[in-house]
Amino acid sequence: MSIRVQMPADSSEATRADGDAVVMKAVSMASMPRTRLAARDRRQVLRRLQLSDRGFHVITQLAAAAVLVILGGVILSLVLGSLPAIREFGFSFLTSQSWNPVTDKFGALPAIYGTVITSVLAMIIAIPVGIGIAIFLTELCPPSLRRPIGIAIELLAGIPSIIYGIWGLFILAPFLQQFVEPALIAMFGPIPVLSRLFAGPPYGIGIFTASFILAIMVLPFITAISRDVFETVPPVLKEAAFGIGCTTWEVVRKVVIPYTRLGVIGGIMLGLGRALGETMAVTFVIGNAHKISGSLLAPGTTISATIANEFTEAVGDVYTSALIELGLILFVITFIVLAVSRLMLMRVQRRAGAS
Amino acid sequence: MASIYAGRRRKHAIVMALCIAAAVFGLAFLLLILGALLWHGLWGLTPAVFTEMTPPPGGSGGLLNAIVGSLIMTVLGVAVGAPVGMLAGTYMAEYGRYSRLTMFVRFINDILLSAPSIMIGLFIYEVLVVRMGHFSGLAGAMALAVIVVPVVVRTTEDMLLLVPGPLREAAAALGLPRSYVIIRIAYRAARAGLITGVLLAVARISGETAPLLFTALNNQFWSTDLGAPMASLPAVIFQFALSPYKDWQQLAWTGALIITFAVLTLSVLARVLARQRVTQ
Repeated sequence: MSIRVQMPADSSEATRADGDAVVMKAVSMASMPRTRLAARDRRQVLRRLQLSDRGFHVITQLAAAAVLVILGGVILSLVLGSLPAIREFGFSFLTSQSWNPVTDKFGALPAIYGTVITSVLAMIIAIPVGIGIAIFLTELCPPSLRRPIGIAIELLAGIPSIIYGIWGLFILAPFLQQFVEPALIAMFGPIPVLSRLFAGPPYGIGIFTASFILAIMVLPFITAISRDVFETVPPVLKEAAFGIGCTTWEVVRKVVIPYTRLGVIGGIMLGLGRALGETMAVTFVIGNAHKISGSLLAPGTTISATIANEFTEAVGDVYTSALIELGLILFVITFIVLAVSRLMLMRVQRRAGAS
Repeated sequence: MASIYAGRRRKHAIVMALCIAAAVFGLAFLLLILGALLWHGLWGLTPAVFTEMTPPPGGSGGLLNAIVGSLIMTVLGVAVGAPVGMLAGTYMAEYGRYSRLTMFVRFINDILLSAPSIMIGLFIYEVLVVRMGHFSGLAGAMALAVIVVPVVVRTTEDMLLLVPGPLREAAAALGLPRSYVIIRIAYRAARAGLITGVLLAVARISGETAPLLFTALNNQFWSTDLGAPMASLPAVIFQFALSPYKDWQQLAWTGALIITFAVLTLSVLARVLARQRVTQ
């Protein structure tokens, strides 16, 4: 409910100040008795203020509604744009592995697989590291270093994704190809299941490299949110645990993390949402191969990389539409992940507000 | 007993060492990325970068048209997106602080804030590019504006909520109408925060590539025509970095250095401003 400020009928300082110009102009006319004139002017001023007041209210409300309109527009345009492809392929779009612009046969499975696998791998790397940094910042770090290190980690989030892309392509990929991937192949080669995951020649470009880049990119999100929720733990709880002789790790493990579990998961989901939709960095290093291969070192593709790479070159309605349908699928996946993340974080906020 | 203590202490030491290692890991990547940008980018940072157009393969040139295109679209995107975001944030913090619309908008806005930007590109493609029949700088700017809105909504709401209620009540007690209380008092009290939000939005969109790829496309030549495809630094970096030509790759690194420097400067500036707001 809005509380409207009712203007008192008799003069107040503010209206007089605001109406001064009008009054002075009116006085110069001086055809009517002054008091009647002033009363009329005051009414005019009040009406003008009332009008502008209501106008401002409506404008801000419309702007707030515009946010909803944007989301509605995104959904509507994606659905409308993908109708031709939905009509053409139906449900098989989700299960087909073919991607052939020449025969206009499209299936989303390799892209969906790539999106999910790179994001999951990225989270496997980023979750322990991100939470580790958050623990470092809240429990270990000397207070004078806390702020600079926190800012440095957040700057990592500020670097545009295309920068990660160019860095990944020219620096990280050759490094992984020369040193890390051969080591992985050699290490897991003799182990039955894992050897399949790390098979094939080390291209340097592929699912593993993309996941690694993604991990670095989502790291700051996980760290920032974990640190913020770690700081909401009441000091009394931690002090009580320290008081009975717990080590810092035990306090973190038994008090801090259980208390903040929801918020940490929310932060992880937020990072996951970012990783799923990340485009440019992945496009540079994924290799853009429309196939599902068992090896993590092989090139693959993701939904966003496929769209970024092929959209401007797509000819024909079905091709374009298939790419937009990919966008729709990405939208559905990220929307669910982000919505869950937000709901969790909202519950944490409410609890923090209540206590 | 002693063995339990030793085990616990050892576990503690190991985990804490891992946490420190994690922090070093994170910081190392920031340094590695910035170092690589400086190392590769500085070689190509000549005056020609700022005075000449993007070259054909093998030729020499600069990034002038891309820099100007980026500036035009960023300014236009912020000019369109920031007012909408500020007004929406104003509604959420002032008029409808507890209304259902606000709760809903806040939720949707937070999702838009981290939604993949490539979808915004597809959206604008469907709405503007298909309608107009061709790629254009205007479409690129609108895509950026859509990305600006949620950033500014979020910061505006947060910053206005920080303005103490008694300040508004005092103004209202003087007889100021609601809109005047907001514009003259609340905005002024939250000014540093509002500017922070806009700066963050600028930082966010100046590196955005995905939404520009199929809205503004790219342009090899000088163009300030909003109705025509327009070059932008990120799009040029994308094209040049993936090309096999050494000169182009060099320009891509230099462009990357320029963007990163601009974005990081903006976000540090925003941070400093935000801190001033807190210490006041």
